[in-house]
Amino acid sequence: MLSSYVLGLLTLIGINLLLALSVYVILATGQLSLGNGGFMALGAYGASVLTASYGVPLPFALLIAALGTGLVGVAVGYPALRLTGVYLAIATLGFGEIIRTFFLNFPVTGGAGGFHGMRIVAPGTVWLWAGGCFVAILLAEQSRLWLEYRAVRDDEFAAFALGLDPTSLKVGAFGVGAALAAIGGGLFAHYALYIEPGNFSFLVSIEMVLFVILGGSETVWGPLVGAIAMTVLPEMLRFVGNWRDAVFGAMLIVILWVRREGLVSGNIVPRIVRRERKIRATAT
Amino acid sequence: VIAQQVVNGLLLGAVYSLVALGYWLVMGVLGILNVAISEIFMMGAYLGFVVVLAHRSIWLAVPIAMVGAAVLGLIVERFGYKPLRDAPPIVPLLSTVGFSLIFQNVATNVWGSDPVQLPESIFARRMSFGTIEVGPIQMLIVACTGSLILLLALVVKRSWLGRALRAVSESRDVAMLLGVPADTVTIGTFVISGALAGAAGCLVGLHYSVINPYIGVETGLKGIAVMIVGGVNNVWGSLVAGPLIGIAEVLAVAYGASSYRDIVAYGLLICMLLLRPQGLLGGTISRSGRA
Repeated sequence: MLSSYVLGLLTLIGINLLLALSVYVILATGQLSLGNGGFMALGAYGASVLTASYGVPLPFALLIAALGTGLVGVAVGYPALRLTGVYLAIATLGFGEIIRTFFLNFPVTGGAGGFHGMRIVAPGTVWLWAGGCFVAILLAEQSRLWLEYRAVRDDEFAAFALGLDPTSLKVGAFGVGAALAAIGGGLFAHYALYIEPGNFSFLVSIEMVLFVILGGSETVWGPLVGAIAMTVLPEMLRFVGNWRDAVFGAMLIVILWVRREGLVSGNIVPRIVRRERKIRATAT
Repeated sequence: VIAQQVVNGLLLGAVYSLVALGYWLVMGVLGILNVAISEIFMMGAYLGFVVVLAHRSIWLAVPIAMVGAAVLGLIVERFGYKPLRDAPPIVPLLSTVGFSLIFQNVATNVWGSDPVQLPESIFARRMSFGTIEVGPIQMLIVACTGSLILLLALVVKRSWLGRALRAVSESRDVAMLLGVPADTVTIGTFVISGALAGAAGCLVGLHYSVINPYIGVETGLKGIAVMIVGGVNNVWGSLVAGPLIGIAEVLAVAYGASSYRDIVAYGLLICMLLLRPQGLLGGTISRSGRA
């Protein structure tokens, strides 16, 4: 039997995977969001209010929260189309801070005092959601849609000239990313059982980006590896006590020195799989 | 009362301008967002407090905080930016996040996570001009921000370093072909921006007379909003936007919505990015939104 500590860690990895995917999908169209903490907050508070105050079953609450936050994501993504690069990142940062300040003052969700009353979610449920979303994106990467995302990322004007619609692709990615962050946030709320606006700060948004950049942003395996590594690493650093954040920060810088393209780069996973298939084919 | 509020807002805004110039320098010349500026700001506040508590002198606090912060800026350049210079701009951004974590952790372990307060006696003397009351710290803020901003503007517009900065921001390669030592210029950018953030942190700490390790995220990060609202293409932009946001915040606190004050800065940031991406003083070229 797994100890409750390991189960907790596995749950956290699942939640972080969803959050990493939320950044990954948006990044796939070449857009960097530093405000996914805001989407996560919307999902967390939305799902929690639905289950704790209205008795809605968790799966429906998550779906409603994801849908609502996805619409917010589209609403945020649409005007943000005017911006690219660092400016888009700064705008989304501002959005995240506004959402956090809003919940800090919103009496319905307890303001600065936080919100509780949720019932705990089973680790298996978290992994059902995380795994489901992961597989969905894994399959989507084989589709035409993902080729169109890539085209927009590589050269928006060329993509437009090919008859693609960069606007709806980019806005759509924002909506999907927001919905994924909302599911992650909703599950986080039902894992932590107590949420406060501080859970969704700027640093949390940054952390999600770290999962993807350190794991690798070329394939969906990157966010998975990143989420696992970045969840386990701080746990392994418990022995340094009070200096955990500093050591974590230093390791982060060193990892960027050594592998700036992320742990999983290029088509490393498909390549391995293909090679194995070839070996098996020649063996038979 | 309103005059006093406006004066307070102007003082706060002047300090915002300083932090914003710290962000602006690195962003304008190198095109990256140095997130660690907000934590260097926090370290500057603590260094200032250490000096004031040890020597009871507020005049020494700012120079020492600036020197300490400049050293921190140098460290960020050496380990966070230099090895990652040819990576996409998001990578140095994340390495400066690494430094944010380190600085915040150091401050929490050295000075504790509880707020530190200055003794009241330091603020005893206050002068009043009509209905407006000003203490020595407020005068210090005016003197420091005024002279620092003037100095920076002179350096950027008139000096050799300023010309080199602008050359590197146009094109690093061409600047190097023309004999500009781009590495030195890069170091200068980080050192000066660190010193500005340190001075701002020190002044904010003395102004509020109470600080905690989280003021970097709470206050320092607003420098980004000020920079954008002012316009990334123009030195004077931050100078206009800082006081504007400062006054707006102070008035928001004075007339009701005190807890929503943080929305003011970020709300203005988003409106500005959407309606006028080049900022208030950004000129007519809209290239800035497409960097």
